[in-house]
Amino acid sequence: MVGEIAKHAATVVHGEAWTIKELFTLPNEYIYWSIQIVMYPYMTGLVAGAFVLSSLYHVFGIEKLKEIARFSLVFSFALLPVAMMPLTLHLQQPFRGINVMMTPHFTSAIAAFGFVFSTYGCIVATELWLVYRKYFVQTAVAMKAQKNRGAVDGFRMLLFSALTLGAWDISNEAVEKDHKACKIMAAIGIPVACFLHGYAGFIFGSVKANALWMTPLMPVIFICSAVVSGVALCILCYVVVQEIRQFMAKRKIARWAKDPTAPTIEELEGAKHEEVMIASNYLMYFMIAAITLEILDLIFRGYTQVKSWDILREVIMERDFTKIFIMQYAIGNVVPFLLMVLPGRTVRRTTIATVLVLFGVFMMRYNVVIGGQSFSLSFAGFMDYTLPIIPHDLETFKEGLFGAISVVITPFILFFFINKVMPAFLKEEESTH
Amino acid sequence: MDRREFLQKCIMVIAGASVPLSALTLIDPKKVFAENPDIQWAFLVDTNKCVGCGFCVKACKTENDIPFDAHVSRTWVERYVYTKDDKRYVDSPEAALHGFTESRIDLGRGEYKEIDKDNVGKAFFVPKLCNHCTSPACTQVCPVGATYKTDDGVVLVDRTWCIGCGYCIMACPYGARFFHPVAKVADKCTFCYHRLSKGLDSACVNACPFKARRMGNIHDKNDPITQIIMNERVGVLKDEFGTKPQAFYIGLAQEVR
Amino acid sequence: MKSHVWRPLYVVIALAVALLVFRFFYVPNDFRAGKRGFMYSYHRLSNETEWKNQPAKYSVTGRERMHEYCSECHGEIVKVRSEKLHGIIPCEDCHGPAMQHPDNPEKLAIDRSRGLCLRCHTNLPYTTSERHRIPGIDPKTHNTGTECVKCHNPHNPSLEGMK
Repeated sequence: MVGEIAKHAATVVHGEAWTIKELFTLPNEYIYWSIQIVMYPYMTGLVAGAFVLSSLYHVFGIEKLKEIARFSLVFSFALLPVAMMPLTLHLQQPFRGINVMMTPHFTSAIAAFGFVFSTYGCIVATELWLVYRKYFVQTAVAMKAQKNRGAVDGFRMLLFSALTLGAWDISNEAVEKDHKACKIMAAIGIPVACFLHGYAGFIFGSVKANALWMTPLMPVIFICSAVVSGVALCILCYVVVQEIRQFMAKRKIARWAKDPTAPTIEELEGAKHEEVMIASNYLMYFMIAAITLEILDLIFRGYTQVKSWDILREVIMERDFTKIFIMQYAIGNVVPFLLMVLPGRTVRRTTIATVLVLFGVFMMRYNVVIGGQSFSLSFAGFMDYTLPIIPHDLETFKEGLFGAISVVITPFILFFFINKVMPAFLKEEESTH
Repeated sequence: MDRREFLQKCIMVIAGASVPLSALTLIDPKKVFAENPDIQWAFLVDTNKCVGCGFCVKACKTENDIPFDAHVSRTWVERYVYTKDDKRYVDSPEAALHGFTESRIDLGRGEYKEIDKDNVGKAFFVPKLCNHCTSPACTQVCPVGATYKTDDGVVLVDRTWCIGCGYCIMACPYGARFFHPVAKVADKCTFCYHRLSKGLDSACVNACPFKARRMGNIHDKNDPITQIIMNERVGVLKDEFGTKPQAFYIGLAQEVR
Repeated sequence: MKSHVWRPLYVVIALAVALLVFRFFYVPNDFRAGKRGFMYSYHRLSNETEWKNQPAKYSVTGRERMHEYCSECHGEIVKVRSEKLHGIIPCEDCHGPAMQHPDNPEKLAIDRSRGLCLRCHTNLPYTTSERHRIPGIDPKTHNTGTECVKCHNPHNPSLEGMK
């Protein structure tokens, strides 16, 4: 019995476990790009969006966004490694993933991944270094001055010293140089962030074989909804973290709350109302752009009615109607937009709106990736996707609910550790910028 | 010079030298034609002759080690049945591995459609396989250069280099590609490249009792297959994608996708 | 370049150099574009030879050379008396690949199942296909549960000579 199961397990084809085929589909057709490929543009979108929000301050000097901008920058750095996770979990040969950097076939959009991603990572890392260099120097100097260092503190001293990259000068001129360079990095970073997510849209938009994906609008739609999701996430996390800090300060729970140099209760007013209002204005601008393009694409398809229209209409208007019009457009776009645009916008209403927006953008990715595989190349059959909940082998774990959840929680774990080295919230005199 | 300058110069030399050391040879455009005989493999399917026996699928799976109980195949046969009341039914049960042994149509999800024999209008079989296109969308989108078109026109996959991303599978408009369940890399029909180079016919060509499948060298004007392609009315699948398929069909009905 | 703000760039350059050095060892030397250019034929050249060297399983028993190969040893037993009927079927279609036979496998399969015959001989009412010219039966009613070969000789399928 065990032998039979083992033998059968060897010949369940990748994709078969979560695909239900209906009517005429070609024998080799399955939903090969499943939940992890939905997660991947979602996570890279958050990265790009967080960076754009941070750049609104660093480049365009919108002073009122200072606090949330710094937070976004650190958080985008926590999101960055996580963008790689869904791909590694999806690959049939994950240990060969490095091949993309070794022999990149540049006619493929995915080959851009390794380089755009690395470049973007370097830019964010550089910008973070420029912002936190003064903090690194001050911390390293303070630790060097300590007479009795424990092992942990000894390690921390070495770490911060290394992070200074040997640039110990924190005079006003040196810091001014950091300031200028940071502005340049943020400016360079914006087109790179756009490219990072534009190419993800290009991955889908350039697949001529797929009637739903193939449209020149896809890269632009992806960029706009990426920015939407990133800004929404940063607003949400900013509000949540600030409220937690205020709560902890009030209870004097945190170690630093006992530290006399820590911010006072008055200084810790929780999420600043104005920062959230201005950030959410930008959120709404990008939401308008994203929804306009998506609706435009739909109108064009319905109007031109090319060969694929019959099957696409059935997928969009009937089979996936709830997922597209109720979940993505209504709950994920219209409701949060109304919540924010109606008079008397509060931080709480905005926070609820950001949660709905994040859900809406996730559904957009889902409807593109899975929706594009819901119909057969024959235009005469359908494929239904069932997300594996309880895994029964490695594949249904990696590409199932638990795989998706592990991708979602990892940035927060990473943020926790990165925050110890580059605190997202600094007092004025500690930071460069 | 002092130590700092020396170190700086060393680093610059190493950085400069590492570039030609690992220079990417991007383009090697023209190989000498005299090196190889000028072969471009092309496939000819005669849908008038196919009876749906499925021996080709069985031979292909046997020859190329695709497990019989895996629901993928490098080649398959589709059955098209049009009824007199203007309905169209298409199926390919288990990729026609066991042929078509029932008149009822397999609708998937365990459902079947019985067709009354007096209601049958037009019906035929269409064998399909990788078209080994001249401008293959699949090789264009491979991120690592694992799949490629050989000089003699066959599209292959390097099993040691493929990372299993599945982009080529999504990019193929013909559904010819799949993940090999054992090798865990992308796989597809290779025109039995290992047989061609030994002067043997591909397994499916060899197996077909009715001569519905044939192969030839389209660059050889005297090749009988080339003669048919050049002189008779042949069609290709989905030519709107610009892939320039090299599998030609005699008797291709317009509704075949 | 004296300013300290360039230091992250040096780190990046160092990483790039490390990557290129690693690449030198990791990527095979024969990785380049073929005759079809970078877009369509960027690959590891030696892979072509690997595919060519894969052993073949089916021999040359195509219709034209079938009898030569098998009748050398199996002679009259396998001579299919009517070239127009089962004479068109390569021996290996029913008996499996014979390239290495009789070394490996020593005995080829003799498949007596109904399914093998029903591939062609299930009667399908398709007048526009060659299928309907093959004499066929309805598998649900014609001697169900019995092997076809009990009555029909696959090497001499004419209905006159039936047992």
